[in-house]
Amino acid sequence: MNPTSDVVARLSGAVKRYGSLTALDGVDIVLHRGELLAVLGPNGAGKSTSISLLLGLIRPDGGRVELFGMDPQQIDARRRIGVMLQSAMLPLTLRVGELLRLVASYYPNPRPLEESAALAGIGDLLQRPYGKLSGGQQRRVQFALALCGRPELVFLDEPTVGMDIDARQKLWSAMRALVAEGCAVVLTTHYLEEAEALAQRVVVMGKGRVLSEGSVDALRAQVPLTRIRCVTDLDAAEVAMWPQVASAERDGQRMRISTNAAENVLRRLLDADVSLSELEVQRAGLAEAFTELTREETVVEKEAA
Amino acid sequence: MNAVTTTASTTTMASPRMGTKRVFGAYLAEARSECVRYMRNPGFMLPIMLFPTMFYLLFGIVMGRSEGADAARYLLVSYGVFGVMSPGLFGFGVSLALERDGGLLTYKRALPMPPGAYLLGKMLMAMLAAAIVILLLLAMGLVLAHVTLTAQQAGLLLLTGVLGVLPFCALGMLVGTFIKGQGAPGMLNLIYLPMSFLSGLWIPINLLPKVLQQIAPIWPSYHLHQLGLAALGLEHAGLVEHVGILVGFAVVFFVIAARRLRRYG
Repeated sequence: MNPTSDVVARLSGAVKRYGSLTALDGVDIVLHRGELLAVLGPNGAGKSTSISLLLGLIRPDGGRVELFGMDPQQIDARRRIGVMLQSAMLPLTLRVGELLRLVASYYPNPRPLEESAALAGIGDLLQRPYGKLSGGQQRRVQFALALCGRPELVFLDEPTVGMDIDARQKLWSAMRALVAEGCAVVLTTHYLEEAEALAQRVVVMGKGRVLSEGSVDALRAQVPLTRIRCVTDLDAAEVAMWPQVASAERDGQRMRISTNAAENVLRRLLDADVSLSELEVQRAGLAEAFTELTREETVVEKEAA
Repeated sequence: MNAVTTTASTTTMASPRMGTKRVFGAYLAEARSECVRYMRNPGFMLPIMLFPTMFYLLFGIVMGRSEGADAARYLLVSYGVFGVMSPGLFGFGVSLALERDGGLLTYKRALPMPPGAYLLGKMLMAMLAAAIVILLLLAMGLVLAHVTLTAQQAGLLLLTGVLGVLPFCALGMLVGTFIKGQGAPGMLNLIYLPMSFLSGLWIPINLLPKVLQQIAPIWPSYHLHQLGLAALGLEHAGLVEHVGILVGFAVVFFVIAARRLRRYG
C-alpha cells in the first residue's frame, strides 16, 4: 500500500482569510487512522477554522484540505465521520431515540441504536425529549450522535464544556473506547488535563499557525522546568540569583521557584533554611508548556515588529 | 448514487457506499423528524391553527349569518389562504432564521445529510400544517356554516392549500436568509399581515380602495385566493395565469434564497 494510506485527514498549507484578518496562515495537520489528536490553543488561534475546513463548512483561500483523500464537501467523505459541535441547538421536542435514529439514517452502516446509547451512557434517556435534559446529558446525547454512524473519524469540539467531573470522566472513557475500536478522534479543548489524559498527539495552535506538534511527553519536554514550592524565610530576590534558578517569586508565606536542575537547587535550599517546610516538587505539566509556547510566540512577534 | 455501487463496496476497502434505499430512507427520516418536531410544538402549531379558525368563526360564521351562505363560502377561501400562508412563512422563515443562529444548520451541513433533505423536510412539514388548517376550516364550514360543497370542491381546496403553501415557503426561506435569530418573526409579520389585507383576505377585494385593488396582483396571496375561489366554483377566469405567477414567485424566491444560503451558510 502507499505510505499515505493510513492518513484519514489532512490540512496542507491551509490559508483562510476573513477580510483583512488571516485566521489560518499556512497550517499543516495530518491525522492518522486510530489516533487521538488534541488541538490546543487560545481563543482565536484557528482551531475552529481548521475544524470547519476539515468538515467542508468553509473553503480554504490557499492550500489543500483532504478528508479520506476526498474533498470534504463530498458527501461520501463525510459519511465516514462523526461530529460534535460546540454550539448546536438540536430540536428540543424530539426524543433522544428519535434524534439518534435520524442522524443514524444519514450513514451507510450505522450502529444499532442500543449500542450507540450504551457507548455514550444514555441508555436511560432514549424516551426523554432532548429539551428536558440537563446540559451534561445533552452533551452526552450529542456524543452519541457523533458515534452512531460507525465513523472512522470523529470531530469533538470542546466536548466536555459545562460538564461536572463525573460526566467528564464518563465521556473520557467513552472516547477511549472509541479509539480502542480504531476510530480516529480530533479533539479541541480548553482543558489541558483533558489533552494530557487522552491524546496521543497534541497540536498547539496560535495566531493561525501550528506552534508545536508531537506527543504529550515531547511537548512537555520542550519546557524542562521543575516547580518547587515551599514555606521559607529566604529572600526571593536572592534565590532568583542562584545558578540554575530560572525564577523565584514570593506568594505570601510561600516561595515558588522554577529550575532546570531541581536536585541542586533543593540541596542548597535545605542547607540555607533548616526551618523550611511544606516542600513540593513538581515537573512542569502541559499547562506550563502551553503557556511557555504561547508566550514565546508573543515575544517573537515583538521582536519582529 | 446508483445501486450498482453497493456490490462494489464489499470487495474494496474504499468508503462504504450508501444504497439508494438508505438514501431514500434518510430523506424520509428527515421529513418525519421535521414534521414530528413541529407538530409537538404548541408555540408553532397553535397560532397557525387558531388565527384562521377564530377569524372564520367570528367573521364568516357568527357575523356572516345575515350575509348568507355565499359569504361563508367566500370567507372559507379567504381564511383558508390566510391560514396557509403562515406555515409557509413562519415554519420556513422563522425556523431557518433560528437554526442559522443556533448552529443546527451548520451541524447538519457537517453531517452527511443528503443534499436538499433539510429543505425538503421543512417543505413537507409546511404542507402538512397547511392541510390541517384547510381541513379544520372545511369542517367548520360544513358543520357550522352549512356551506354546501361537493367532495371534488373540498378536495380541490385542500389541494390548493397544500400546494399553495410552497410559494410562501420560498418567501419565508428568503427572509430567513436575510435575518438571523429572534428578529425573524417580527419581520415576517410585517410581510404576512399587510399582504393578507392588501390581497383581500380580510375584507373582500372589491371593498378596498381602487388603488389597492389595482396593485393587488403583485401579491402572491392574491393569486392563491383567486385559485381557492375557483376551487369552490366562485371564480373561473385566468386560472393558468394565476398558477403560472405563483410558480414564478416560488422559483424566483427559492433561487435567490438558495444562492444566499450557499454563500452565507
